[in-house]
Amino acid sequence: MQFFPAGRGGRGLRRQPADKTHVVQFQGVGVRYEHGPEILQDIDFALPAGSFHFLTGPSGAGKSSLLRIMYLAQRPSRGRILLFGRDIASTRRYELPALRRRIGVVFQDFRLLNHLSTLDNVALPLRVAGASETDVQKFVPDLLAWVGLADHLKSRPAVLSGGQQQRVAIARAVIGRPDLLLADEPTGNVDDEIAMRLMYLFEELNKLGTTVVVATHNESLVARMSRPQLRLEGGRLWGG
Amino acid sequence: MVFLSAIALSGAFILSGLIERWDRDVSGTLTVEIAVAPGEAGEAAEKTRSDVAVVLRLLEATPGVAKAHALSQEQLVGLLAPWLGSTELLNELPLPALIDVTLKPDTAIDLADLGNRLTAAVPRASLDDHRMWLARLIGLSRGIEGLAIGIVLIIGIVTASTVHYATRSGMAVHRDVIEVMHMIGATDAYIARQFARRAFLLGLKGGLYGLLITVPAVGVIAYEAPAMQGGLLADLSLPAVGWIAVLALPVCAALLSLVTARAAVYRTLGRMP
Repeated sequence: MQFFPAGRGGRGLRRQPADKTHVVQFQGVGVRYEHGPEILQDIDFALPAGSFHFLTGPSGAGKSSLLRIMYLAQRPSRGRILLFGRDIASTRRYELPALRRRIGVVFQDFRLLNHLSTLDNVALPLRVAGASETDVQKFVPDLLAWVGLADHLKSRPAVLSGGQQQRVAIARAVIGRPDLLLADEPTGNVDDEIAMRLMYLFEELNKLGTTVVVATHNESLVARMSRPQLRLEGGRLWGG
Repeated sequence: MVFLSAIALSGAFILSGLIERWDRDVSGTLTVEIAVAPGEAGEAAEKTRSDVAVVLRLLEATPGVAKAHALSQEQLVGLLAPWLGSTELLNELPLPALIDVTLKPDTAIDLADLGNRLTAAVPRASLDDHRMWLARLIGLSRGIEGLAIGIVLIIGIVTASTVHYATRSGMAVHRDVIEVMHMIGATDAYIARQFARRAFLLGLKGGLYGLLITVPAVGVIAYEAPAMQGGLLADLSLPAVGWIAVLALPVCAALLSLVTARAAVYRTLGRMP
């Protein structure tokens, strides 16, 4: 893979290799919104460094909520979470951005920045991490070519199709070569061929040491990939 | 809003300059009035001329007086003509004699003593240092100036509020952008910097547009002023310090946008984990 900055010399661009056995550990985690019922209950699991899991379950099972907690967009109502060996509850707010830079996220609704070009959207994590413009111009076009968007470097998200936007979102998530990649329905808007190509990209990242979690409804994809599953049903986790 | 602020600020500066000019112009001069002597016209005129000579001698001998000269009949008629009309009639009227006195600059003069000496020499002579009417005029002008400053402050507060709320609304629109940047690991300071820079440039641009329409407006006032009646309002140009204050307004608006944007971004980020 030649798409990612290899030197890791940029500020925050690369980190120490995860020296803990587990990248993610959930212990008795529960989530509720306001005073409503718990939508996730007693979630216990641990993801070994370099693992690849699918997160499956019916709609409304809480897959997106579980991912949100993993990418630090939300705090759990109870329980303990360790990320890269750090207890999130005792991590200071100013320390969280450095942790977030180790996580790549493919949002279900893409969440691309409409005022930026495709190239600038994908370059955002690198720039936030302090990468040089040389690195940006070297790696971003290559990665966009790999996901089939070589002709759209300067296009704004508004002129791209849903599938193209999804690929931009995936490229943005993986460009920083994260330690943990979380993808929420990353193949929902693409055909099978592109879906497999994207999965290959995730697998390549996984081989480089990235821990991958893919939330999906696509049963055939899960079957073809032969990877362990975390199955959410009724707010509880099965497997893992 | 920058345009309104600039106009109000210019008004306050112009008025302040005007008052200073009135004060400066009048404070170095005195007027001695000698009432018409009683009796027949010819005799009275002769007596008045003699009194004028006495007063002029007394004034010229007074330390601090630079120059004293009696106004001619034509000058007196010229002064009264705008109010009383026909110069023929004025030539027949017995007019008091007026002596214009110019004082040496930076010289303290005892006006009460001078007044007493004048009255002792010529009982019908009286000294006018213009203070009474000038004090009233300046009092009125200071009141208007205070009002203008009040308007400047109100417009300033409204401008600041407008910039503040416009920037906050802009930030609310960009909440998604802030959230995404937050999620990919940007620090609060990094995100705030991106928005603050943009807000500063937008504020500066808007302020410059406001200034662009202010400059000709103030220029027109200064240009038209000499044509105004009376000469009192002749100098309505904006002083240098006024120009500096007006030119600084766009920068102030831009800085306000910057600070507001930063605060809004930090507030939005504060609600995120």
